[in-house]
Amino acid sequence: MTSAGIVVFPGSNCEQDCMRSLAALGASPQYVWHAESALPDVDIVVLPGGFAHGDYLRTGAIARFSPVMDAVRKHAEAGGLVIGICNGFQILCEAGLLPGALRKNAGLKFLCKWTEVRVENATTRFTSRARVGDVLKIPINHFEGNWYSDPESWRRIRDNGQVVLTYVDNPNGSLGAVAGLCNETGNVMGLMPHPERACEATLGSDDGGVILRSMLDHVRDSVA
Amino acid sequence: MAFSAQVNVMLKPGIADPQGQTIERSLPVLGYTGVRDVRVGKRIELQLEAADEGEARDRVTEMCDKLLANPVIESYEVTIQ
Repeated sequence: MTSAGIVVFPGSNCEQDCMRSLAALGASPQYVWHAESALPDVDIVVLPGGFAHGDYLRTGAIARFSPVMDAVRKHAEAGGLVIGICNGFQILCEAGLLPGALRKNAGLKFLCKWTEVRVENATTRFTSRARVGDVLKIPINHFEGNWYSDPESWRRIRDNGQVVLTYVDNPNGSLGAVAGLCNETGNVMGLMPHPERACEATLGSDDGGVILRSMLDHVRDSVA
Repeated sequence: MAFSAQVNVMLKPGIADPQGQTIERSLPVLGYTGVRDVRVGKRIELQLEAADEGEARDRVTEMCDKLLANPVIESYEVTIQ
């Protein structure tokens, strides 16, 4: 069974949603406190949404120095899957595990609503269950989701196919309408929308399951 | 020796600053016309011990590179007193 470690920082608040959706999809998730210096033996690391360390100074700026982040970096460097959702995406950018930075939304409003995101790359370990052009209905819930990168890095990111998801109706002003992207090696992904909140049709959408199931498929297929 | 340091952190030139733009749009409402290029940053003050001013500056600069500013989107200026 695919195992997942959900890192809990002081101020995280989406860890239970991640726990519930991963368990419902057949994975074996567990919480990992941010002060741990090692990760348990897990296939997937999840950095959930919330306000880690109060988002003081900048979102993710303090969280990247939590003791567990060294182990998360090693997991990523060893090729393990890491997904950062919302605040988790911000932390991965601050930690340098993903390129760019997340600024305040262009409209200076906290956005909490359903969005439609388009799959730009369906060959990643996070989107293998989708096809390019598929539009997924997944909610957002953030104030700082306006992704930015310098022009040179942006060109490289696009050329490498690292743009995984884009907003159909760019709600926060992100460069290239980027909603989610992965690192160069394709094993670390960050996204502002919350796939873990869109895994049950009764809650409005199960499109988020496409992302989580793709990850579980990848782990299963790499073991087989 | 004890030193005081002030760090001004600003969004890099060319990076849109929605807070600055909002302030800029609101100033004419109060009658302040002709105001341009409003940018909002943050100021961080701290006290530190160092052998001399150069060492104090080096240490604060290192803090900026590691934590106080995000080099992707922000620039900073250090003043030591």
